[in-house]
Amino acid sequence: MAGCGAEVKKVLVCHGTGCISRGAEQIYSSLEREMSKLGLSNCTIKRTGCHGFCQRGPLVVIEPEGFFYCRVTPEDAPELALSLLPDGKPVERLFYRDPINDAPLPYYRDIPFYSKQQRLVLRNCGNIDPEDIEDYLAAGGYRALRKALSEMTPEDIIEEVKRSGLRGLGGAGFPTGTKWEVCRRTESKEKFVICNGDEGDPGAFQDRSTMEGDPHSIIEGMIIAAYAVGASQGIIYVRAEYPLAVKRMRIAINQARDKGFLGKDILGSGLNFDISIFQGAGAFVCGESTALVLSIEGKRGMPRSHPRPRLAEVGLWGRPTLLNNVKTFANIPLIIAYGSDWFASRGTEKSKGTAVFSLTGKVVNNGLIEVPMGTTLKEIIYEIGGGIPDGKAFKAVQTGGPSGGCLPASVLEMPVDFDSLIALGSMMGSGGMVVMDEDTCMVDVARYFIDFTMRESCGQCLPCRLGTKQMYDILDAITMGEGRPEDIDLLLDLSNAMKTGSLCALGQTAPNPVISTIRYFREEYEVHIREKKCPAGVCRALRPGQ
Amino acid sequence: MEKREERLLREILSLFKGEQGELIPILLQVQTSFGYLPEKAIKVISKFLGITESQVYSVASFYAYFRLKPLGRRRVSVCRGTACHIRGASEILREIETVLNLKEGETSDDLEYTLETVACFGCCALAPCISINQRVHGEMTREKVRGLFLDRVD
Repeated sequence: MAGCGAEVKKVLVCHGTGCISRGAEQIYSSLEREMSKLGLSNCTIKRTGCHGFCQRGPLVVIEPEGFFYCRVTPEDAPELALSLLPDGKPVERLFYRDPINDAPLPYYRDIPFYSKQQRLVLRNCGNIDPEDIEDYLAAGGYRALRKALSEMTPEDIIEEVKRSGLRGLGGAGFPTGTKWEVCRRTESKEKFVICNGDEGDPGAFQDRSTMEGDPHSIIEGMIIAAYAVGASQGIIYVRAEYPLAVKRMRIAINQARDKGFLGKDILGSGLNFDISIFQGAGAFVCGESTALVLSIEGKRGMPRSHPRPRLAEVGLWGRPTLLNNVKTFANIPLIIAYGSDWFASRGTEKSKGTAVFSLTGKVVNNGLIEVPMGTTLKEIIYEIGGGIPDGKAFKAVQTGGPSGGCLPASVLEMPVDFDSLIALGSMMGSGGMVVMDEDTCMVDVARYFIDFTMRESCGQCLPCRLGTKQMYDILDAITMGEGRPEDIDLLLDLSNAMKTGSLCALGQTAPNPVISTIRYFREEYEVHIREKKCPAGVCRALRPGQ
Repeated sequence: MEKREERLLREILSLFKGEQGELIPILLQVQTSFGYLPEKAIKVISKFLGITESQVYSVASFYAYFRLKPLGRRRVSVCRGTACHIRGASEILREIETVLNLKEGETSDDLEYTLETVACFGCCALAPCISINQRVHGEMTREKVRGLFLDRVD
């Protein structure tokens, strides 16, 4: 038997959605076969969640050294296995190469994509086997839960979460501790804790990656929340379109139950709490809290009208319900384990901690990233993202999905946090960040998002149902060369009516892509209308010769 | 509904208690087994839960995941996520529509193909992407479309 040397080596094969699509499973089985042929006794091989650098996938990481191999194929397996021998040489041809001087960068910590990040929510993503609770425990998992149950009262926990400054990472940014406090204070014999994993934004996969890559961090956060607010039942709401997330969450719940972290009298503390999974059937509006609750009750997910009590007071089945996003829960174990001061030392004055983004579109390095709140758009797009590919010019960056806006080059120095993005006419949203280059038409992008919200509008209130339809017709006409000079003002009028008149956040924020593109790219609208031209060459009807 | 299908439906319902909160889980399970929600199944489910057929239908038609028509053998989904859109997903969709001679949402008469669009697969680094029976094909081009559907290319 050949060992890998004194230290145990871990071969981590990324099994995020991107790497799986590129053949990670075949790489895993080839590597496993080659490793067993060599009889490597001191090495383990693991399937991990998303390591982040989807652009260079399929990825294989060797720990403890931190060797980073990209664009791996099954044919590379024999050479990679040999490299694990005590006198083995790393496989240089699979290293990431510096895009400027082509120098190989063997370790992921040296790659700019990683070195500028700070991974809290994603702390274990890509480093542990999400289907093995022992990996999570070895990484310090469930220590925060022990601490919370043995050393802290529910009030202490709520105070700690409030002091941390953590705000809801589903997009709205409501202070988490305050929400917990309301739920704690509402008297009821039954309360619920729900994790919102109904990630519906197109172009966003950070919640899914967290569920797939580190499910126990979410479960641990939910148990601590249940103890703090006095809940006995938990529900993880996951889209049925995310079968892998459903599977991994289910395995994790069962393992947590076997270890006594879920069920009756958790760790001897007297706390009774268990978690089930509810699969959402695909409705963007169900990301809205009251709609989500209605869908669990087996109804159409149509948001409740205002004035309405808060979910923390009257929620699922009429009971007080605490609803937080996947990433919000994943932060809780860290805040409890390391304290609120540690957490609050990251971020800006009013937005603490980190932000997780799916960085996609016309950017060199696509992937899943996490940065401290307050990092500038420029740092994200150019230092982590590596800039715009093919020598093209940057045009806009879109955050917040269909509820957010498109921001131009002039605001790239702005720090990314909840409040500054809203001031610019966009929003944090759940974490989609799509980069657009000179070949992207902003009228087409506005039309694209309104098309999305028009399809997803629940149809209950008039401003949203008809507003999205009218806006779509106008935008479509402009892209067809049939726009009229008064259309821009009409779009802004409609936007205003929807913002003030719509019943829920979907309708109120749906005009943001239109308003922001008019605000920053009005000239492009005018050229479409006045000269019947699409400067980016996207709108088919306006291409020369059409 | 054939005997075999009735039995399958009864087996599914035996896993549930008959409470209203179970409607969506039941519909998901039925669709997983049948590929869609047959009209007769909706009738049986409404009796089982003690609600009207129109209530079941109103929920089934609200959520994008549910289908009321049978699926083709090869289910082609085109991602219309933002990253895919700005990398040309609409061109890809148009090409597939031409090659398969189907519009979005349609199934071919021979039940071979169903063409649909989805909000986002979350494989944005591979944009534009499509999936065929849940297997994702990334970095699509018009040429790759023709290669994938050679049986329908003249």
